[in-house]
Amino acid sequence: MNNKLIVSTSPHLHTKESVNSIMWLVCLALLPSGIAGVYMFGPAALRAIAIAVVSSVVAEFAIQAALKKKASASDGSAVLTGLLLSYNLPAHCPFWIPAVGAFVAIAIGKQIFGGLGQNIFNPALVGRAFLTASWPQHMTRFTAPLSYDAITQATPLALLKENKMIEQISYLDLFLGNKGGCIGEVCVAALLLGGIFLLARRIISWHIPVTYIAVTGLMCFIFGGKTLFSGNWLSYILSGGLFLGAFFMATDYVTSPLTHKGQIVFGAGCGLLTAIIRLWGGYPEGVSYSILMMNAAVPLIDRYTKKRIFGTR
Amino acid sequence: MKRLIKEFAKGIIRENPTFVLALGLCPTLAVSVSVGNAVGMGCASTFVIVCSNVIIASLKKLIPDKIRIPCFIVVIATFVTIAEMTLKAYFPPMNRALGIYVPLIVVNCIVLGRAEAFASKNTVIASLFDGIGMGAGFTLALILISAIREMMGTGKLFGLTVFPGFEPALAIGMPSGALLIIGLLLGFFNTIKERAK
Repeated sequence: MNNKLIVSTSPHLHTKESVNSIMWLVCLALLPSGIAGVYMFGPAALRAIAIAVVSSVVAEFAIQAALKKKASASDGSAVLTGLLLSYNLPAHCPFWIPAVGAFVAIAIGKQIFGGLGQNIFNPALVGRAFLTASWPQHMTRFTAPLSYDAITQATPLALLKENKMIEQISYLDLFLGNKGGCIGEVCVAALLLGGIFLLARRIISWHIPVTYIAVTGLMCFIFGGKTLFSGNWLSYILSGGLFLGAFFMATDYVTSPLTHKGQIVFGAGCGLLTAIIRLWGGYPEGVSYSILMMNAAVPLIDRYTKKRIFGTR
Repeated sequence: MKRLIKEFAKGIIRENPTFVLALGLCPTLAVSVSVGNAVGMGCASTFVIVCSNVIIASLKKLIPDKIRIPCFIVVIATFVTIAEMTLKAYFPPMNRALGIYVPLIVVNCIVLGRAEAFASKNTVIASLFDGIGMGAGFTLALILISAIREMMGTGKLFGLTVFPGFEPALAIGMPSGALLIIGLLLGFFNTIKERAK
């Protein structure tokens, strides 16, 4: 009686992966960078991260209750949004900045569109864009690393923007995160560690991060210097939020193209826009805006990079 | 009389030009920065809608069907010019604040929309009440949007501080904030309508 024939509909092969496990693995991959940020900027960074995560989860619950939808905060996406948002904030921002940002991210960035899987734009970046447009004075005041008493310091990109070369910051410092910036973007080494973990677990593919960073580097090499082909590309790609954006925000499943070909177009577009904003735009950093702009182009990219259905021409 | 009251009331809620018909959004986005501007814009638009509705309704037999749109525009433009000159003469600061959006009432879809859809088919009295209702609906919508934007974008209402210590969200005062607020209000009113069914 044990070998009954089981009849079921496809798919017959199952994987252990689910939305839950992927979200929590991405959170895990973000952990090293958060630890590095807290080490660099002190308890203020930890406070900002905690407030952002808690308020995202609360906002998710509250909005789903208000709209009478099934509560889904346990799938980890709200925690991930809060985490990513806080990584995009300066450590010493007032306590309400992460809270307001998390609410905007969840309410306007995600739930208005119908929740996880329906949003056009990366929710964390929507929150950040709103905060930057609303309270620029708090969002651009960066503190120096390893000085827990809030001495402000210009970020490397702001220095690059003013044509001051950043010889006083070595490449090693840029790589390890000993520089001014947002909580989660400073330590490239930790971000790379998390990114390689995600690549190894096949949660993200190499297409978006590699093309994104390569195109930004190339553009900054060509146009970033005083003459053509003399830009200091290494400091351009090691500073700012490029690694955070390329590995963790541009690769968001919901807001990135489906096919590998589309992902290459998406990554290249992000890189191009980031370099344009950094070199000629009004802001020193353009990662968040370029990802948001390319998010808007994703439906179009998906349409033009559709795979041929087997058997058709 | 009951019918006239209905024509008046429909403009405020059931066929609100901004939130239901979604007409005339350009001036709505542009002038809803402060409640003062909103009231000025609302009054000027109401004046134009009411006057053009009455004139067009009384001329509807004289206007040939094929060239009715140019005829409507001539009538509307006349009243816009009157409104603009009045603003310039008696309320110069208001005129400066509203700027180009006063002459642009000519191309406001609400005015032409009411002329085409209502005044050219109904009696003078009904058109008068329709115009007052639509103008009131537009003004109320503008006041609602601008009150939210002024409070959140500058922390003030009518120039008076509402919440001391509140740090205004500059994004709400920018054009992007207007789109955001109008979108959220539209969604809110649609949700209420769905629930009421």
